[in-house]
Amino acid sequence: MKLTNLLTSAAMALGLATAAVAEDPTKVGFVYVGPVGDGGWTYEHDQGRKAVVAEFGDKVETVYVENVAEGPDAERVITQMALQGADLIFTTSFGYMDPTNNVAAKFPDVKFEHATGYKRNTENVSTYSARFYEGRAVQGTIAGHMTESNIVGYIGSYPIPEVIRGINSAYIHAKKVNPDVEFKIVWAFTWFDPAKEADAAKVLIEQGADVILQHTDSTAPQAAAQAAGNVITFGQASDMAEYGPKPRVSSIIDDWAPYYIARTKAVMDGTWTSTDTWDGIGAGMVGIGEISDAVPAEVKAEALALKAALADGSYHAFTGPITKQDGSAWLADGETADDGTLAGMNFYVEGIEGDIPQ
Amino acid sequence: MDLSAINPVLLIASLMVAATPLLFAAIGELVVEKAGVLNLGVEGMMIIGAIAGFATAVETGSPLLGFVAAAGAGALLSVLFAILTQFAQANQVASGLSLTLFGLGLSALMGQSYVGVKPPQMEKLNIPVLSDLPVVGPILFGHDLMLYVAIALIAAVWAMIKFSRLGLVLRAVGENHDAAHALGYKVVRIRILAILFGGACAGLGGAYISLIRVPQWTEGMTAGIGWIALALVVFASWKPWRVLLGAYLFGGVTVVQLNLQAAGVAIPVEYLAMSPYLITILVLVILSADKSSAPAALGRNFHASR
Repeated sequence: MKLTNLLTSAAMALGLATAAVAEDPTKVGFVYVGPVGDGGWTYEHDQGRKAVVAEFGDKVETVYVENVAEGPDAERVITQMALQGADLIFTTSFGYMDPTNNVAAKFPDVKFEHATGYKRNTENVSTYSARFYEGRAVQGTIAGHMTESNIVGYIGSYPIPEVIRGINSAYIHAKKVNPDVEFKIVWAFTWFDPAKEADAAKVLIEQGADVILQHTDSTAPQAAAQAAGNVITFGQASDMAEYGPKPRVSSIIDDWAPYYIARTKAVMDGTWTSTDTWDGIGAGMVGIGEISDAVPAEVKAEALALKAALADGSYHAFTGPITKQDGSAWLADGETADDGTLAGMNFYVEGIEGDIPQ
Repeated sequence: MDLSAINPVLLIASLMVAATPLLFAAIGELVVEKAGVLNLGVEGMMIIGAIAGFATAVETGSPLLGFVAAAGAGALLSVLFAILTQFAQANQVASGLSLTLFGLGLSALMGQSYVGVKPPQMEKLNIPVLSDLPVVGPILFGHDLMLYVAIALIAAVWAMIKFSRLGLVLRAVGENHDAAHALGYKVVRIRILAILFGGACAGLGGAYISLIRVPQWTEGMTAGIGWIALALVVFASWKPWRVLLGAYLFGGVTVVQLNLQAAGVAIPVEYLAMSPYLITILVLVILSADKSSAPAALGRNFHASR
């Protein structure tokens, strides 16, 4: 008797479970390059994921995988997500570009969104990125004013257009307010490795840099700057406010939430199409974190004015005259850079020393 | 390219910091190997020390307590190795390797909630007058306490092995455990103590990375330092002062290559990145060309009945 009861209830539970599945929430997958607690890049993508959950509640189911190495391993993880029934998959690092497109070719019914890349081989792949270089222009302005040694240290991750754009933009605007400024660049060849990032920051500080800009994701350079004393830094990808008001004097904040919500909605409504989105300060995808009191009021005002000009489109971060590092002309007076050149940028502007690693 | 931007004093000061985790791990392993035990689990014990020390320092607010916890955690993990090899007579190489894999996995689990957390800072020693001396000040008197502990440990181990009765017993056990047993020494007990010491040292080395050198917690943050320590002990011919030399050489080249990069030297970054490993191994191989050899009983299990 008892056994029959048990079996009946089990069968009922199974029936209920099937009914629940039948409602079929939209399944959204996220592939992260670092841990969600990195306090930078991946943290902000995960905030975007949480915003999607908050917006749609039971109608979505999100899954994510952290610390996915760029390359073949990524392809395995993305395939796994697609096999598990994801309707929409966000792959959030440049190095997932080929894996994303490879998997997308095999799953035509699944929508793929690749961050910071440019390949859309099939109809079910979109790319999206933010114009971080606009934020770099604001940072460069503050850096140029604030540096006393006239040496700005820059921790690069990989020599890809995204990072090179940031270096050029920061340099152009630092140079504009401080003609004597010099950039020292160290390539860490990682997006997230606190030990390497800390070492790089320490070396730059030892060589006289009193401003550290980073294009890597952890807060380790902030900690190194704090230990060194009289050095300022900027939060990268996330606000990193716990290191304010000094060394962290401002930050670039990525805000992916509106985009993630819009794209999820598009999949739900069946209106999703392959697009290429590249938004900046104006659209709110790039935010400038609170400029702290360690920055003099007039510098802060200048930085905010630049931010406003970038936001309303009256000023472009790459406005000529700009000459390339090798001395050849790039932009004539008043000319602005086109998106094609920016997307594939593989040269330094005049004045930056050293070579881009190949 | 501007080599004048490199400040030799700061360079030496920071190479000492870069070398200290290696120093801790290697001197611990040296004692273990002198006792005739080969523990390949250094990396695993280091990373467990790194997370245990980090977590304790964050929870209590005291970096010193963190180091104590790290030593404890490293020793605790090495107990597993001791049980496997000294009582269960398991193969030392296999046990050590599994210890490393286990440590890496366990630390990732323990560290889940500590990613991105800011640890309390360890104060640098600030000796009036001495710390302010030019050149000598930053190099000799401007560091944190643990760096001096590491150097003191090298000196202590050297003196212990060379001059003390304890050192003689340790070497006897490592060279010929049957003879040592016949003389009435407790081979297993001495080896277990050596393994525990090695575990505690590796734990300290790990915590030095997570609490001072970086300071932050990330999965797998020891990044192979444990393996370098193992190689260093061999190439240093089981001599404490050569371990110090090798560690400083490794730390030195690591720091110099970053300095060269920042100074804009036109050498491809990949060559610079591999240089610490190459140069350290090269120098120590040349040094180890003398007669000194491994403890004769290294890696061999002992059982009184045999």
